[in-house]
Amino acid sequence: MTTKIAFADVVVGFELPELTVNFTREGLAAYAHASGDMNPIHQDEEVAKSVGLPDVISHGMLTMGRAVRVVTDWVGDPTAVIEYSARMTRPVVVPNTAEGVPVTFTGKVAAINEDGTVRVDISAVFDGQTVLGQARATVRLSD
Amino acid sequence: MNHDMIGFQYAPSEPFVVTAESIKAFAQALGDDNPVYSDASAALALGHETVVAPPTYPIVVTMTAMENSFHDPALNMNYSRVVHSDQRFEYVRPIRVGDELVVTTIVEDIRTMAGNDMATFRTEVSSDGEIVVTAWSKLVVRGDDA
Repeated sequence: MTTKIAFADVVVGFELPELTVNFTREGLAAYAHASGDMNPIHQDEEVAKSVGLPDVISHGMLTMGRAVRVVTDWVGDPTAVIEYSARMTRPVVVPNTAEGVPVTFTGKVAAINEDGTVRVDISAVFDGQTVLGQARATVRLSD
Repeated sequence: MNHDMIGFQYAPSEPFVVTAESIKAFAQALGDDNPVYSDASAALALGHETVVAPPTYPIVVTMTAMENSFHDPALNMNYSRVVHSDQRFEYVRPIRVGDELVVTTIVEDIRTMAGNDMATFRTEVSSDGEIVVTAWSKLVVRGDDA
């Protein structure tokens, strides 16, 4: 493992570069096939509405998978991530438009641990509200 | 749900062979063009044997393994009313192209609150008999009135 960021250069409170990703129906379909999660609420408007959702929603795991890119883009080597967790608090509602909807991901160094790892707290915001809760990644950086 | 199932461990899944195509498709679906997910030389430059998988890739195998257990009548789980609420991964080593992943699913916890069941499944993902990543999925099963 070789990270772009060295442990010695990290300070608590550092804000990682922000990332905005547009969620589209096409993107949801690609994720469904790549992950094997073919639940129709992520692809079929009628099914989504029949179970009380406003429209097709993103897979929670797609939101979580894109969110951790804030951390992996920053460190370069994604295998620096030794722990990653999140709560899926709200859905990302995806309309049937070419541009889709933007979700903005940010990250902040929350703690430098005694074992030489670093905790990054991640935020995911869609339509003015967070969609992930307590999203945290622990990374081990190069010396 | 049947609280007596807490601690129950299901038989290991059939091996899933990790291919370059599978990792590449997963990374592309995330919109992630990090070359370490598609280019063996880029992975090698970072000290890896070959192409590695993104952090949330284990869900490809853990979700299926876990869902197979949902159908166990002993669990008494209404899987049509399941919402995935929390997910955690602890990585031992990266998943790589060529790994043969086997998943063991364990019912770690079941709680009932306000008519909803909350179940935590621990899925241990191994290759060559060694755990590479452990994942925890917390699910909420909405009760009939919720």
